[in-house]
Amino acid sequence: MVRDVTLGQFVPGKSVLHRMDPRAKIVLLLAFIVMLFVSNNFLSLGIMTAAVLIAIGCSGVSLRLYVKSLRMILFVVLFTAVLNLFYGRGEPLVTLFGFMQITANGIKNSVFVAVRITELILISSVLTFTTSPTDLTDALERLMKPLKVFHIKVHEIAMMMTIALCFVPTLLEKPDKIMSGEKARGADLESGGLMQRVKALIPILIPLFVSSFRRAYDLAMAMECRCYHGGEGRTRMKSLHLGTLDVSVIVFTAAFSLAAIACNIWLPLGAAL
Amino acid sequence: MPILETQQLSYVYGEGTPFEKAAVKNVSLTIHKGEFIGVIGHTGSGKSTLVQQLNGLLRPSSGRVLLDGKDIWAEPKKIRDIRFRVGMVFQYPEHQLFEETVYKDISFGPRNMGIREEELDRRVRSAAAFVGLKDELLEASPFEISGGEKRRAAIAGVIAMDPDILILDEPTAGLDPRGRDVLLAQILNYHKQRGNTVLLVSHSMEDIARIADRVLVMNNGSVAMFDTTRAIFARGEELEEMGLRVPQITKIMRDLQHAGWPVSSGVLTVEQGVREMLKLLKERGESHG
Ligand SMILES: Nc1ncnc2c1ncn2[C@@H]1O[C@H](COP(=O)(O)OP(=O)(O)O)[C@@H](O)[C@H]1O
Ligand SMILES: [Mg+2]
Repeated sequence: MVRDVTLGQFVPGKSVLHRMDPRAKIVLLLAFIVMLFVSNNFLSLGIMTAAVLIAIGCSGVSLRLYVKSLRMILFVVLFTAVLNLFYGRGEPLVTLFGFMQITANGIKNSVFVAVRITELILISSVLTFTTSPTDLTDALERLMKPLKVFHIKVHEIAMMMTIALCFVPTLLEKPDKIMSGEKARGADLESGGLMQRVKALIPILIPLFVSSFRRAYDLAMAMECRCYHGGEGRTRMKSLHLGTLDVSVIVFTAAFSLAAIACNIWLPLGAAL
Repeated sequence: MPILETQQLSYVYGEGTPFEKAAVKNVSLTIHKGEFIGVIGHTGSGKSTLVQQLNGLLRPSSGRVLLDGKDIWAEPKKIRDIRFRVGMVFQYPEHQLFEETVYKDISFGPRNMGIREEELDRRVRSAAAFVGLKDELLEASPFEISGGEKRRAAIAGVIAMDPDILILDEPTAGLDPRGRDVLLAQILNYHKQRGNTVLLVSHSMEDIARIADRVLVMNNGSVAMFDTTRAIFARGEELEEMGLRVPQITKIMRDLQHAGWPVSSGVLTVEQGVREMLKLLKERGESHG
């Protein structure tokens, strides 16, 4: 049911990528995404693909989960790929219905777009599979610290994100339970017209809101009891350190990126098409 | 004819996913009209999953549930009628209150059954009386009464449907000892007055020892034992191996018996224990004197 969501799910483990500093992982992910879109020929894209495959291999997460997260966006990939097929420049190879033209350039674009989106999803999944939500927001908070100059409340935003993420599983579990409870009292959720169905939701939604608010109050109270007063002067329980592991992964990524850039410059294969 | 029967009932959560979990395995039971059945088992042993199949909230992965000899899934469209006949009180039922007043909330179930006016009023009031809710509370909002009262209101909401079989999933969880005793006494009283079948799920042996006729012991999704209460608690060692604790008095009497004292092994309540001890003291007194 609602729980079968793979995208953005943490899979606990002890792999190299699990042990990395989450800040390094986020920065590398960003660098990687930039590189994906900079790569403009098949060779450089191939290098990035190799890097993605290596990252997946190092994550120690079952391939099945990656396939599952891809399946969720398969439609988007296909849709953009097909759309790109008809938007190429140059001599048409095939013409459909008189106005839809497929060009060599279009085919190349279409393949590129499909590969890029797929790799984008895969590499983002590597990050979310190997990083717990709390680590993730913690790292984001630190990376965004410079934004304080613009009076953005970085800490508060990060805290909100952490809390929201922590409560996702509980909030997903609750409707199931309440629904069963109301069904046992004869609530009919499956039949009837639109108005009737909306009305049938009331017995589910009210308890859901009530329990969410109660939870929020309890949490706020608990935080206050522990003297939480925002980010000012707060120290950390877990401090993050960039270790040799992180440095080696950074060097590794940099090497792949340089190789891809070199291919872009000296091997303009793409221009040939 | 048994009122409720299950045949090779099995339930698997998340079938075909990496998180697949067989929660109930091959359970065959027969329950007769008017019985008070206790269902025990450690957390995760499949108690809730089993009882949710008995009123059609979960559809068995395989096997059948027979109510009065008829498969409850014979006509899936009519499953709501089954849910009215087999009333189910969930764990923490107070979380499902939603109406403006307690009265309206209790009447939600019977109203869904199509009951109106005087009959509805009669049912709501008698259900409230069974669980000991005072009349003035009926007009209060279910969100402003105390936790224990909420629990009672929610149970009354199921009793008001007047089900032939009443299932309660850990109704005493999170109540203080006094609240627990009172609630159990009310459930027992309801059972005695109405003569309907009750299934009480609990992981507390003390609860069940006192009131159940027969006890179903679940272990890892299968039926470990199903017998009269006395016979079950006489097998204290086996229960302990399954991570269940027998009532303290049962354990004391068993230890006494092991130490060579002539007391019976199936003692379930402190009162029975006292009687056994007095008998023993009297015998010894006579033999000495
Ligand atoms: N909605 C669910 N999805 C997946 N697994 C579940 C779900 N509900 C229960 N389980 C699993 O099924 C097993 C039996 O659970 P349950 O019937 O709730 O046991 P009990 O009520 O005896 O504590 C447990 O291992 C539990 O983790
Ligand atoms: Mg349970």
